[in-house]
Amino acid sequence: MAILKPNRINRLFSFNHFAVIALVLFVGSLGLLLGAVVSYLDYRAFPAIFRNPDIMFALRLSLWTASVSAVLAVMVAVPVGYVLSRFKFPGRSLFDAVVDIPIVLPPVVMGLCLLVFFRTPPGQAIEGAGFRFVYRQAGIVLAQFFTITPYAIRTVKAAFDHLDPRVEMVARTLGYTPGRVFWRVTLPMVRNSIIAGGVIAWAVAIGLFGPMMVLVGTTRQRTEVLATSIYLELSVGRVQTALAIALLMIVIAMGALTLFKKFGGGGFLS
Amino acid sequence: MLKIDHLSINYPGFNLQNVSFEVGTGEYFVLFGPTGSGKTVLFELITGLRRPEAGSIHINGRNLTRTDPACRRLGYVPQDLALIPFKTVWQNVAFGLYSRTFRPKTENRRQESREIDRRVNEILEKLKIGHLARRLPAYLSGGEKQRVALGRALVVQPDIMLLDEPLSALDEGTGNDLMREIKALHRQFGTTTLHICHRREEMLYLADRVAVMQDGAVIRIGNPDKV
Repeated sequence: MAILKPNRINRLFSFNHFAVIALVLFVGSLGLLLGAVVSYLDYRAFPAIFRNPDIMFALRLSLWTASVSAVLAVMVAVPVGYVLSRFKFPGRSLFDAVVDIPIVLPPVVMGLCLLVFFRTPPGQAIEGAGFRFVYRQAGIVLAQFFTITPYAIRTVKAAFDHLDPRVEMVARTLGYTPGRVFWRVTLPMVRNSIIAGGVIAWAVAIGLFGPMMVLVGTTRQRTEVLATSIYLELSVGRVQTALAIALLMIVIAMGALTLFKKFGGGGFLS
Repeated sequence: MLKIDHLSINYPGFNLQNVSFEVGTGEYFVLFGPTGSGKTVLFELITGLRRPEAGSIHINGRNLTRTDPACRRLGYVPQDLALIPFKTVWQNVAFGLYSRTFRPKTENRRQESREIDRRVNEILEKLKIGHLARRLPAYLSGGEKQRVALGRALVVQPDIMLLDEPLSALDEGTGNDLMREIKALHRQFGTTTLHICHRREEMLYLADRVAVMQDGAVIRIGNPDKV
């Protein structure tokens, strides 16, 4: 039987070469896109946004709403991720799939769902009880929360999946109740992933645009966040201000991603 | 004393059938058999990490078949050791002493803390790992990790020690050294011990008595040289 030898072309274009070229091309393309923003920007516009009270309001609103929604997302992600990772129950796959819906759905649809919900009797009852979300800052937190929580759940669940359950079992034999094992052993072992989940959720929240526009609109000094600021500035032709805000958001996103990687975040969609 | 009486469990692909034996106080009892014969499942039943479908487990006359694992007063060393990765050697060994079951009985917190210090330091010295007290498990060799896991189980002064293939992951020299130390510790503490192994020399050296397991059943019990 003839033995097939790799020919010169095969050696030159092995899968490894292809993979490296794909990486370089993709990262290069992203670099070009980000570079385009930087090169087109008039550098006087960047410091100017820090003197603009409207943009500063949007920055502060973006930071605090994203922080509140990220904390809420983590508080939900830990128990939900734990249940999906550890418990076997009928319909678990269905629950697992439903949790992911906001990841695959266009964010604007989530905003639309929330807007319509507050026109239904249960939604009206909530608003009637004094919890107002539509066209309010609380609505920003709500829209962010529903959109970003799946990212936190994925990150935390992946960490629970990779834990060695024997450590918890031994802790049980050493006299600890399941609750104390969770607080003293399980939770500290996934601490970094919880932080990573919070950071990625926060970064996604900062950049959300669609659900904000639908649920709370973009009113200056009331419900304007950084992502909607770009839209407002572009709509009145202030391209340089829009680019400066975009650069600020790139810096925030890169900082958040660096933190995410530092805390061992990785396959949050695994 | 440990009494296992007609213990059974079935799950897809495996049955443990009517396992019965007794282990005397202070005895070193070896469960011997090939991989997949049900030895580890039997340990999980004794620790309470699995519930048997039939049969009972008595320790020192108390029926513990349905008792929570936290209240059985056992020292368990699983095959993969399961050290807590973010705790130092000292903290790993002391871990059980902070639980409600194994907390030293003292008059106040200060005495308790002193007693925990004394017991942990004593066991670390006996296992020759005192110098490693501040290290994390990731920075230990296989033999050192094994000693930490042994220390964590011994320090709580359990009614019964359960050792699941404690020497299988070690090279021959380290394994033989540790085997001699385990025997010496058993003589010193006199803790009733169940030990899983599938190496003949290990069984012959350590066991007072042996139960041979195959396909989820105990097929023979007796003195190691006769079995």
